[in-house]
Amino acid sequence: MFKLLEPNKIFSVTSKAPKYVLFLFIVVLSVGLTEALILSPEDYKQSHAVRIMYVHVPAAWITLGIFSSITFLSILGYIFKIKNFFLIAKSLAPSGFVFNIIALVTGSIWGKPTWGTWWAWDARITSMLILALFYLMYLLAWRIYENKEQLYKITSIITILGIINIPIIKYSVDWWNTLHQPASINILSKSSIHSSMLFPLFIMTAAFALFSLLIFLMKYNTELIKIKNKGLDRL
Amino acid sequence: MYGRKVKLRFFFIILVLITLILSVFLVLKSLEENVVYFKSPSDIKTLSETNKNKIRVGGMVKKNSISIKEKKLNFIITDFENEINVSYSGAVPNLFSEGKGVVAEGYLKDKSFFLATKILAKHDENYMPPEVKAALEEK
Repeated sequence: MFKLLEPNKIFSVTSKAPKYVLFLFIVVLSVGLTEALILSPEDYKQSHAVRIMYVHVPAAWITLGIFSSITFLSILGYIFKIKNFFLIAKSLAPSGFVFNIIALVTGSIWGKPTWGTWWAWDARITSMLILALFYLMYLLAWRIYENKEQLYKITSIITILGIINIPIIKYSVDWWNTLHQPASINILSKSSIHSSMLFPLFIMTAAFALFSLLIFLMKYNTELIKIKNKGLDRL
Repeated sequence: MYGRKVKLRFFFIILVLITLILSVFLVLKSLEENVVYFKSPSDIKTLSETNKNKIRVGGMVKKNSISIKEKKLNFIITDFENEINVSYSGAVPNLFSEGKGVVAEGYLKDKSFFLATKILAKHDENYMPPEVKAALEEK
């Protein structure tokens, strides 16, 4: 089992994976964009502005998912002292940050024609901005500190502080009056998005997930090559 | 199965998380007044005094309440329990219409009259093609 965790073994898989993931990403993205931009109907109230949702919502889901994964990996890495988990977390962070920015920017572009403002300091939008700051802190910490032990501690602390924000983002629209609308898709109840609009939404989510996987693999491979170059034979 | 250190680190993380969650919860609970983006007409009714600060009022635009007099746009915001009269001059967002959500930013003149300086439309969580909306309305 632990033989699998040798950098060479992992690298032999992860170095070949990106080209397949890239191919799959291009296919899924083309289907998703065709659905979202051409085939899906316009909304009864906001007409074509609804198409921004097909980028905004998947980006927001992915960024929340990635931050939760980073925290989970960091906590496990801290408790069980598994260095590999920290490297996986580090490699996941850039795409999570990019999708956070995409969610904020597309939200702003959507907000101007629908709400009438680019930005509002409501609970959902502000907590999403705070998440972007946590991502930034996390990414900067990896650049600032050299000492590995120190790095693992500091990045863990940042993720643990940041994870408290995740349920706040999720439930901000239910707990308080916000300008942002409440969630349309619930696991327990019927979705308030029409099925013809749900399909492109899920395809775009799959495309963004594949993109994150692609960036993750590229980052992770770089980390493995660094380890190999230092002549270390295990993580 | 796991070492003593591993168990200690596990309980340490759990403690840190519980402490953080509780303290953030307490802070947000006490700041509730300021975390909300807008007040409803019912909240305005229960205010003890009307001060001069800029506030936001949100709710639905009451059906058949929009009227334009001397370049002033007047309408009523309702939360189906209480309502408040709003007066505004300026551009409104495209989605501003009767029976839809709205957030008005401005000053309270008294508990039933609000002078808005900015109007934002609030979008709800429903998304559907126009044909489906038309079919729903026919029912």
